[in-house]
Amino acid sequence: MLNLVLPIAFALVAAAFALSFWRLLRGPSAPDRILALDTLYINTIALLVLLGIQLGTALYFEAALLIALMGFVGTVALCKYLLRGDIIE
Amino acid sequence: MSSRLLPHPLLTPALAGVWLLLNNSLHPGHIILGILLGWLIPLFTLRFWPETVTIHRPLLLLRFTLVVLHDIVLANLVVARRILGRPEKLRPTLVEVPLDLRGDLAISLLANTICLTPGTVSARLSGDRRTLLVHALDAADAAVVRAQIKARYEAPLKEVFEPC
Amino acid sequence: MLDTLLAFLVLAGAIFTFIGSLGLARLRDFYTRLHGPTKATTLGVGSLLIASSVYFSHQGDGLSLHEILVTLFLFITAPVSAHLLAKAALHLNLPRLGKGADQEAGTSATGPDIATERPDR
Repeated sequence: MLNLVLPIAFALVAAAFALSFWRLLRGPSAPDRILALDTLYINTIALLVLLGIQLGTALYFEAALLIALMGFVGTVALCKYLLRGDIIE
Repeated sequence: MSSRLLPHPLLTPALAGVWLLLNNSLHPGHIILGILLGWLIPLFTLRFWPETVTIHRPLLLLRFTLVVLHDIVLANLVVARRILGRPEKLRPTLVEVPLDLRGDLAISLLANTICLTPGTVSARLSGDRRTLLVHALDAADAAVVRAQIKARYEAPLKEVFEPC
Repeated sequence: MLDTLLAFLVLAGAIFTFIGSLGLARLRDFYTRLHGPTKATTLGVGSLLIASSVYFSHQGDGLSLHEILVTLFLFITAPVSAHLLAKAALHLNLPRLGKGADQEAGTSATGPDIATERPDR
């Protein structure tokens, strides 16, 4: 059952990637693009977790954790830049 | 005395727990190292934690957490239905919620809760920290949203962190 | 039994992740778009991580709980990024559909700003 479901899940997450990329390219404003990047990193975590289940290895988990950390910091830095015109005051 | 050696009694077990989760093991060595880190890190970062947190009613906090978890699942179903429905039918609204909470942690927790629960995202705290601007995805009446936030999320948080 | 539970969790997680991105692409103004990724994606990735935790606990090597860490982290950070994005959008006066609050949304955006500037420091 799991083997049946995994390809469908991969396809759905790939479609999610495509939709976020479309918003990233389309814009129209800077916060829209940041939100698209934010969604992309969350989608990446989903993809890595799925890959871990598919390949039966826990190695990808560390990568998912690091992406979660870095993605959050990146989003906050970009928002601060929009709000203040500067990141480190 | 205990406040000098153990400035943040809640931070120590939390850090130890995170350490154990990171290592994914319950080996005695990891437990000792986790407790040691949980004790040393608050000591050395004392200056970054100006506010001491006291939880007055732990059981109520637990109940609040369960309510929020339930609402998160509900929120996802609600938002998923709104997204799949016709976008023209949405009635987005900005709502101003007057705050009774004063503490930093309590206000941040409320703002986070609002973001995770049905159809609302907190947008801005006013300069005097008296009102929180909340964006609702689909609300017929701003007063209903305001009343729900105040009764369901703010009242328990106020009792847990700042009873009077 | 376990296989069915795993399949359900994986499928639900993938569907919610997809719906979150669909909301991002489909809705019409920035503020409504913000709702999709912050909520649907949180539950989507959350249930995928629970599935991963169940799967690796079942594989042997004892209980695998470190997935909880990522879930917890996402639940703490997703609202913060959503809040900051909404604040940035209000600051830039992005066009907004629907009814507003009593005051004009952009007017106090240049005033003292609590989340980044604390008066007591």
